[in-house]
Amino acid sequence: MAGITSIGVYLPIYRLNRDEIAKVWTGRSAGGTKAVAGYDEDTITMAVAATLDCLVGSEASPDGLSLATTTAPYREKQSAAIVASVTDLPQETRTADFTNSLRASTIALKAAIDAVNAGSARNVVVAAADCRLGAARGTMEQSLGDGAAAMMIGSDNVIAEIEGSYSIFNDFTDYWRTADDTYIRTTEQRFIDEVGYLPTMQEVISGLLDKYKLEMADFSKIVYYAADARQHAALALRMKLDKEKVQDNFYQSVGNTGTAAPLLMLAAALEKLKPDERILFVAYGDGADAFIIKITENIQKFQNKSKITDKLTGKIPINYGQYLTWKDLVAMEASTLPERSALSMPSRWRERRVIAALYGVRCKNCGTPQINQIGQAIRVCVNCQAKDDFEPYKFSDKKGKLFSYAIDQLQPTQNPPGVNGVIDFDEGGRIICELTDCELDKVAVGMPVEMTFRKMFYSRGINNYFWKAKPAD
Amino acid sequence: MDGIRDKVAIVGMGCTKFGERWDKGVEDLIVEAAYEAFDDAGIGPKDVQAAWIGTVFSGISAITLSPLQLPYIPMTRVENMCATGSEALRGACYAVAAGICDIALAVGVEKLKESGTTGVKGPSVVGDNQEGSSGIGPGYSAPASFAYLATRYFHDYNIPPEEGKRLLAQIAVKNHHNGSLNPKAHFQNELTIEQVVNAPIIAWPLGLFDCCGVSDGASVAVVTRADMAKNFRDDPIYVKGMQITVGARQGAMEQSYDFVHIEENVIGSGRAYAEAGVKDPRKDISCAEVHDCFSIHEMIVYEDLGFSKRGRAREDIEAGSFTLEGDLPVNTDGGLKCFGHPLGASGLRMMYEVYKQLQGKAGPRQLKNPHLGLTHNLGGNAGTGVCSCIIVGNEK
Repeated sequence: MAGITSIGVYLPIYRLNRDEIAKVWTGRSAGGTKAVAGYDEDTITMAVAATLDCLVGSEASPDGLSLATTTAPYREKQSAAIVASVTDLPQETRTADFTNSLRASTIALKAAIDAVNAGSARNVVVAAADCRLGAARGTMEQSLGDGAAAMMIGSDNVIAEIEGSYSIFNDFTDYWRTADDTYIRTTEQRFIDEVGYLPTMQEVISGLLDKYKLEMADFSKIVYYAADARQHAALALRMKLDKEKVQDNFYQSVGNTGTAAPLLMLAAALEKLKPDERILFVAYGDGADAFIIKITENIQKFQNKSKITDKLTGKIPINYGQYLTWKDLVAMEASTLPERSALSMPSRWRERRVIAALYGVRCKNCGTPQINQIGQAIRVCVNCQAKDDFEPYKFSDKKGKLFSYAIDQLQPTQNPPGVNGVIDFDEGGRIICELTDCELDKVAVGMPVEMTFRKMFYSRGINNYFWKAKPAD
Repeated sequence: MDGIRDKVAIVGMGCTKFGERWDKGVEDLIVEAAYEAFDDAGIGPKDVQAAWIGTVFSGISAITLSPLQLPYIPMTRVENMCATGSEALRGACYAVAAGICDIALAVGVEKLKESGTTGVKGPSVVGDNQEGSSGIGPGYSAPASFAYLATRYFHDYNIPPEEGKRLLAQIAVKNHHNGSLNPKAHFQNELTIEQVVNAPIIAWPLGLFDCCGVSDGASVAVVTRADMAKNFRDDPIYVKGMQITVGARQGAMEQSYDFVHIEENVIGSGRAYAEAGVKDPRKDISCAEVHDCFSIHEMIVYEDLGFSKRGRAREDIEAGSFTLEGDLPVNTDGGLKCFGHPLGASGLRMMYEVYKQLQGKAGPRQLKNPHLGLTHNLGGNAGTGVCSCIIVGNEK
């Protein structure tokens, strides 16, 4: 039977204090913080990080990857294909975007379960990432957060079985956004709760219990989505849910991460449960999906992996000005620097393995790993000058140390100053690249770093993604 | 392999005032520098048999030289980053040395102030801002690319950053003093150590005054055969050694590179010394114009070029060895610090100063009896670069 075989999560390290937002608008603070994607992060980069986290330590090789999001960077061009190529999945991997609904992640999950159960796929990664925007001074400006999660669905070494599911759709307009909208629209909260969210959730849960002849008492944990902490509490109250069983929604520290939110909560729940315990898992959006998830003996392996709750901790507070800048919500004074040349599509295609998964080469003659920092092909070995005698060598998963660094006040960046470094990989090879997610006073020669996939800049409609180094966890 | 030593001589040079030449175009700067050089050599444009023009951003092809109205002669535009001006001179010298022509012109020009920015345009990563680039190189500025050196130098030699900054400041103060004596310099003001260390940080530890200026300028040399040189003047300057040395990104790709020296500088100067017959550069060289794009690089150049022992430039700086009164004055005209760095012009501007020094015509900056001078450029940055090292003398 299909089940969850691995889980990964990713949250940006930046947190915006809601009091800070409230102060700007002399409004009321919902308290706590929201996770904010770095200036160089978006749905794709966060999905990549969560997928890589999901793949760490997993022996299964995915043959499918779905990306669930309501905030894909391209309106036409598949996000899942970018994530699959960056996470270095084989070419035959089936890729799909699931989008336009907050329920996209569980819709993708159901499709993955069906594919695995039908035998048409062995291991499908479902990644979910969102960075949704609430307009200034609104509830959602405070409640929404950025984040990502990924789950692998397979039938071997399952850590949690999907015992059953029940879904309903509901053409209900509570949160929506047109092609022209930057911010999410919404309507009266009482109407949403009483006509949309609460009855839909109650209906899907009772439908699931009826279908499988179960009772609420059969579940050790209840994991469910809500738009915000208030709505989350409202359902618990309405359904008289046992507070001990309700999974924390992280809305206080992280915010509502959209399609990623249910998966993040589920990941945290799985971390705590014992074999044979059951989770009632419900996602909402244009209807609802409810699942029965049963923990297996294999859960230990997942629980030994780094703690989800640790990964949810923010490290760097930002101010509202940074938030506006990073989200491109305020017009900044134009740089007087001349514009960079247009990105060459042919060279980006030729260099796709360097750009996507930071592939360099290793010389078969002398063993030297090497990579060209602007992506050009290496035909002659930098060390022994052997020609065309290389094997591909992936740098993206290698750890390194900061050999030297430069903190640049002139560098065009949405988070000045620019931080750059000479990275010496522990297993050989060097790259000079940008650094990100740094606390400036901690940048030092010898600092351990790891590579992270980020957005370098946006130019003429192209998101120029590449790898940067960041302080190692 | 014979080398260039004593085969060609420079018999005329010209150099514009460097600075923000808003009212002058590339054509004005070329004509201004070239006619000073023609007058200095006692020739006219019609005597020129071949010409090289070095510019990075200010012109494509040798048609850039059209303002001189040279009569249908072979002309070539060259580009080799910050060594572009020196590369133009090399083309002229090699043609004369090869016997292809007797009088050749080397022109270097750049109008950096046309780019609309206070710096060299584009990211400093070699090759990342040209047509056909994928644009994935880091977007740091030129100062940052040299800050790597300072960070690592301070680290390796245990120099506390604040002490290191004061050390580097002495280089800026020295060059500004020299520039204050030079009417052609862009900046002719003295600086104090305090001004330098308190200036806004550009790329730690480099502050504003650790960085060279951004200027417009042109410089021109007239080159002829060494055996014909005295037909033009009594005091020609003979080319003794002339080397261009180009890296292949080894330092950016291999962990063996230490970021406290520039390999191209070491190899290039070594070759130039061998070609020129220089045994002990600290003793043999009378004056040097080196690439002080950023103060840390001038300091590292002292060691790379053998003026100071490895890791001990600090002692020489503190002893004042490279001031006008020192035993090896460096950047006597004010250097890139005071002239700025119009890329195509810089190499020939340096040669202009060495030429004048060796002729005893350097005015208030004149050194006592110099006989051998050196010019040095480094284009690119730590990790990969283009080094030019030229040695000239006033005796054959």
